[in-house]
Parts: sequence; structure tokens; C-alpha cells
Amino acid sequence: MGIQLDHVNYIYSPDNAFRKQALKDINLNIQDGEFIGLIGHTGSGKSTLIQHLNGLLKATSGVIYYNNENIYDENYKMISLRSHVGLVFQYPEHQLFEMTVLKDVCYGPKNLGLSDEEAVSRAKQALEMVGMSEKDYEKSPFELSGGQKRRVAIAGVLAMEPQVLILDEPTAGLDPKGRNDILDQIALLHKKMGITVILVSHSMEDVAKYVDRIIVMNRGEVFMDGTPKSVFENGKALESVGLAAPQVSYVMHRLREIFPELPVDATTVEEAKADILHCLEAEK
Amino acid sequence: MIRDITIGQYYPAHSIIHRLDPRVKLLGTLVFIVTVFFVNDLLGLALATAALGAVIWLSKVPLKYMLKGLRAIFILMLFTVLLNVFLTPGTEIFRWGFLKVTWEGLFLAGKTAIRLMYLIIGSTIMTLTTTPNHLTDGLEKALSPLKKLHFPVHELSMTMSIALRFIPILLEETDKIMKAQQARCADFESGHLIQRMKSLIPILVPLFISAIRRANDLAMAMEARCYHGGAGRTKMKPLVYQKRDVVAYIIILVYILIWAAVKIWL
Amino acid sequence: MGIIKAAKLFYDYVTKDEHDEVENVIHAVSGVDLDVEAGQFIAVLGHNGSGKSTLAKQINALLVPTGGTLWVKDMDTKDAKNVWKIRQSAGMVFQNPDNQIIASLVEEDVGFGPENIGVPTKDIWHRVQNSLKAVGMLEYSQHSPNKLSGGQKQRVAIAGVMAMEPECIVLDEPTAMLDPSGRKEVIETIRELNREKKVTVILITHYMDEVVHADKVYVMDDGKIVLSGTPREVFSQVEYLKQLRLDVPQVTELAYELKQAGIDVPEGVLTVDELVKALERHKNR
Repeated sequence: MGIQLDHVNYIYSPDNAFRKQALKDINLNIQDGEFIGLIGHTGSGKSTLIQHLNGLLKATSGVIYYNNENIYDENYKMISLRSHVGLVFQYPEHQLFEMTVLKDVCYGPKNLGLSDEEAVSRAKQALEMVGMSEKDYEKSPFELSGGQKRRVAIAGVLAMEPQVLILDEPTAGLDPKGRNDILDQIALLHKKMGITVILVSHSMEDVAKYVDRIIVMNRGEVFMDGTPKSVFENGKALESVGLAAPQVSYVMHRLREIFPELPVDATTVEEAKADILHCLEAEK
Repeated sequence: MIRDITIGQYYPAHSIIHRLDPRVKLLGTLVFIVTVFFVNDLLGLALATAALGAVIWLSKVPLKYMLKGLRAIFILMLFTVLLNVFLTPGTEIFRWGFLKVTWEGLFLAGKTAIRLMYLIIGSTIMTLTTTPNHLTDGLEKALSPLKKLHFPVHELSMTMSIALRFIPILLEETDKIMKAQQARCADFESGHLIQRMKSLIPILVPLFISAIRRANDLAMAMEARCYHGGAGRTKMKPLVYQKRDVVAYIIILVYILIWAAVKIWL
Repeated sequence: MGIIKAAKLFYDYVTKDEHDEVENVIHAVSGVDLDVEAGQFIAVLGHNGSGKSTLAKQINALLVPTGGTLWVKDMDTKDAKNVWKIRQSAGMVFQNPDNQIIASLVEEDVGFGPENIGVPTKDIWHRVQNSLKAVGMLEYSQHSPNKLSGGQKQRVAIAGVMAMEPECIVLDEPTAMLDPSGRKEVIETIRELNREKKVTVILITHYMDEVVHADKVYVMDDGKIVLSGTPREVFSQVEYLKQLRLDVPQVTELAYELKQAGIDVPEGVLTVDELVKALERHKNR
């Protein structure tokens, strides 16, 4: 079950001067219920990759399986794939269009052919899940704050009750508080509903706190794939592809030169604090 | 598909055509379009083809790139050609139901297709070899006598150059919006006409809102950079005729003369 | 007197209903005092909606104060005859790189400002070359802005402002829409302009790591300046900053947490080096 990518290649404009291979031989296995951080700098292929997972882009070669079914099969229903693999794009401004928040969130369920009542009930459920308060349901989505718009955009996809939720840089342009609020909410969704979450980001600090697995993309290839701790151990390798481990990871490595007993796998401030305190205690 | 539209996109290269004064290119394009419009014999066609071929070769823009622009109007061309093929009366070649194909129809269709193609390529060359700013500078200068009649020449050309700059941005944005709605299972391809029109609303609303926001931002950025209309403005690239421009004008004149000669005496 | 000075500065957004009656008044900027010396690197921090952008637009005379006074090089921004001189002296770079580039060729865009203020043709070319060189984009002068990365577009926008030869540049969240490498490239460009060309910089941002090198940091909340000082002074207030919906670099937070736990580290640690040095002292042997 889950999503499998088998030797997936994707080439933009294959037959003219702008030809560009955006994905090179991608092989991935995404299990149900995973919380994945997909990281890479702009142009690394991460956006192209996620658009394959719900069939918006079709691989030039290779196969993608969703729940063991080949999504490129002639009889495969793309609509059903898109409702099961929900994709929320970076800018909520690109999808909000209705007069009210509630109506906008109903758009997805209605496209699935649900009745008005059912769509509304799903929309309300989704809005509740992303922490929107009921008094905002009748507001115009355009008068909301940046963080709220993003919540509505996420609800718009959640209302289709997807098994997999992919979010393309859900925190871009938000201030630190807004960023943490959204990420906390997503983590809560993952925990409460048990859905697979793929979080696309270029911030290591952001994902380190939340995800169990990090996939690093570079030049259209999977550059690293593993737990946050194993990925961050290779700070140098990350830098070579224009990324960086979280700042605490650097602190820990530098401190290790002084305190040989100190573990270096802390990725968050809390972990680092505990490790350092423990180590200093031992020094006394 | 949306990305394939080449009209209005500048193709940077170092060629004599790129360096020509935009006013020359405007006149040249105009003359070419008029002559193509009157093509109805092989000699005229050969003349236009030679002129077009020479300019394409001189412009150093790959032919492939230019032909890409045609893809966007392929449907229109096909439609016109089919209309001509089936609806022109004359000597019948074969008949299928009420549809019949005639020699005259084939000939007319061929002529129309070539005309359309040449019109598009001819005007595409101008936009491919002239930066939008240069182009609108040329228009502004060429139309400047109208200023005396209080015609807003500067404003018009500024509006045009900004529009040209934002066309690719808005096209890309349209693409993103379509994908965002498709991710919510939108279907733009099936249903009858009214359903299809309705299915465009989720694309058009975000697009308009974004365009308005961009216009607002841009107006502010322009003001911040001291833009206050055409008065007192200097030019980074003022239009001054060079020797090559004079030569080009002469070539255009010669082209007109040959054309006229062919029309009158042959 | 400094190059930019504000006294009891206010800016109100007034919304009116259909009958032209005042419905709501928002004090976007309320009672701000500011004094910026020529050549300084100033950072203004604040969460979305704290009034920092409104303040920035006032410095460029895009907005005129509804109360108090703002002087740019001793010119009162309320005085309409100063507007163009002020905008030339205090250039402005905005958040969205796409929405501030006017021309379809990099060099033509950089020339837009000088054209507007009536610089002679020959000098425009000089200025364009110089400012593109200053931001490291000279080799892209013939490129279309659409094909550039976000960071490169912002550097073109900065060059466009530099070409007007301003004494001061105001940057309104120039990195908010960029990826980490784009952010780095823009911040480095700004720092270099400040260092090499002695341009006064006012950087508006909510990224805390970008202000570590500033001479002075102002923190805004609800239209007021609630905290100001050197980065070290400001970053020592970890709890207060969090209350203001801001956060601090991870290393600063870690140092603060360790201090709370009774470890002896200095206040307002800004870099990895500082923290490592501070902890080194706890080493026995």
C-alpha cells in the first residue's frame, strides 16, 4: 500500500531548446501514515515530483503505483487519485475564488459529485480540523489574514478526505508565529487522522521538529533519504547542494570537539539543551 | 500549451535585425503584411517568401522557435483551411455527402494558409527581435505627432510595454491556478458549453484578483522610482537613425517598387 | 541631525461606510520616533500587520503621515514639492520581485529610475553599469527578468534603486518570497552596499537571522516601537520577542535556555562561535 515510484523520469519540453530533465530515475516507497519532509532548493525537482503523485504531471517514463494500482493504466480514474492524494499548492491565492470561506471549501467535494448537504458537512468538518472558527465561515476568503487563507486552502483539499496530504511550502511568507501555528496544525492532523503527510519545504529547522523521514532532492534526483538525524549528520553534504542542517546541529558538532562524550544527533533546541546539560553535569 | 505562445516574447541575439531602429521594423512589418494580403500569384508568393526568408536568416532566431508560435493558432488555421476547401465552388475533385472538394477550393485554402502563416511569422519576427520597451519606444516616436492632438501617446506606449512584460507572468500564473483547481478535482474538459464556461470561474477569479494586486504593487514601485508621466523624462536608449536604418528603409522601398512593378506589368 | 528622522509619527487607515461616515480607524503607525544616522544599517522587525511596511512607505513618501513629522535629509515628507527629491534620496525595494520590475530587459529596468529623474542618456548608461556591477548582476544586463531566480530579480530591483544614486535604501521584506540561497544572496548584497558604498540601509523583515549584523534594531508591534537597541540587546529578550510573535535564531534560543537552566553563558548570543566559546569555559581539565 502507499505510493511507489518506479524509475520515474520527467523531461520538460522534450523536443526543443528548453529541454530540461526535471526528474531523473526516481525510486521511492512511501508508506501509509508516514510524515515526510521533502527538501531541496528551488529547481531541485521537488515541486515537479509532488505534481506526479496526484497525476497533474505524467512521467516521461517509469511507473507510479497508488495502493498497488498503476496510475497510468488506461482505466485508472485520475479524479479518484486526486481526491485520495490531496495537494495544497504554495499560494492560497491561486485557489480561493468563492464568495465565502464555506463555499470555497465545498468546491472539491462538489467536484467529486457529492450532494450539497454532504459537501457542506464535509467542508465544516475540514474547516474545524484546520482550526478555523465558525464565525469566519461566511466571510470572504479575500479578507482573511495570510495564515487564515492558508488554513482555508488546506481545508479545501482536506474536505475531499484524502489519504495522503501533500503541502507545498505551506509556510512561505508567514511570520514566525503564523508559521509555527500552521505546522503544529498539520502535525495534529497527521496524528489525529493518521493520514500520510508530505511537507515540502526548504527549511531544515521547520521540518526537523515534525517529520520522521526526510527526502532531500537535488538536480532532479533523490540525494538523501532517511531519518532527520541521519540526514543532518551529513551537514557538509547538505551544504554542497545549497542546503544546511539546522543551526543546533552545527553547535553540537563544534561542541563535540571540546566535549567528546556529547552526542551530536540533536536536531531541535530542546534536544540540544538536554544533551548539553547532561554533558555539563558529567563534567562537574 | 500556454507556454508555447511566442508572440510578444523577445528572443535575445546579436543580429542586424535586432539592432535596427524599431520604427524601421514597424514600417517593414506593415509593408510586408500589406503585400502578403495581396498575394495571389506564384511570383508574388516567391517575392514575399524571399523577403521573409532573408529576414529570418538575418535575425538569427531559430526557425523552429518561430514556428512554435504557429502552434497556438493551428486550430484557427485548420478551420479556415477546411472552410475554404469545402465551401469554394468550382471544378469538383470528389464529393462526400453534401461536402465537395474543388480545385479552386484547394488552391484558395493553400493561399489562405500561407497568408495566415506569413502574417503571423512576419509580425512575430518583430516582437522576437525587438524588446517590448524598444518596440513601444518606436511606436511612441512614430505616433508622436498625435501628441499635439492631446492623444496620450506616452501613456499608451507605457501601458503596452508593461502589458507585454506581464503576459508571460500571467500565463504562468494561469497554469498554476489551473493546477491548484485540478488538485481539487476540477474538470475543465467535459460537459456542455455552459458547464465549461462555468468551470472557468475558479480560474478567472484568482487570476483577476492577482492581476489587480500586481497592478497595484507595480504602480507603487513605479512611483517609488520617481515615475511621473512622460514630462521631463530622458531616454536610456533614445531612437537615433543609423546608417543601417537608412539602408533598411531603402531596401523596404525597393521591395515596394518591385512589388508594384510586378503588380502593374505582369 | 540624522538622514532620516521621525517625530511622533502617526499613520491611520480610515475605512468609511457607504454614507462616507468613518467606520473604523486603524493606527498602523502610532507615535514612532526614529533617528537614523547616515551610513547606518538599521533593521526593523515585526510580525505581519505590526505596521513596519506602513512605516517604510512613509520614508519613501508613498504615504504621507496623518500625524507627526518625518524628515528625509531635512525635507519634510508632507511638503508636496519635496516628493521626487525624497524618493530619489530614499529608494525603496519591495517584497514581490515580479511586481517591481518594469522593463523586459535587465538593463532597461535599471535605467527606468534615472530616466524618470531626467538623467542625460550618457550618464544613464554609466549609472546602469555601475549599479549592476555593485549588485553583481552586470553579466545579466541583456537578460529577461523572467528567466532569473528570485534572488537575482531582487538584486536587479536593488540595482534599479541604486541607479538613482540614493543616500538611503529602504527594503520592505525583500527576502520574504525567496528561498534560503536567494535570501542569503540578497542580504549579502545589501550588506556590501552598506559597507562599500556607504549607503544607509533600512531593512524591514521578520527573519531574525538577517538582522544579526545590523547597527541598530527596532522592533515594532501594534504600530509602536516596543524594543530597540543593538542586535545583542534585542536578542537577549527571548521571552518578550516570542510574545511579539517573533522568534530568535536557534543558537540564541539555545543559549537562552541554557542560561535559564543555570549555565553561565552571556546574554544575547548571536553566533555559533560565541556559544561554543562560552561553553568551552565549562570544560574541566
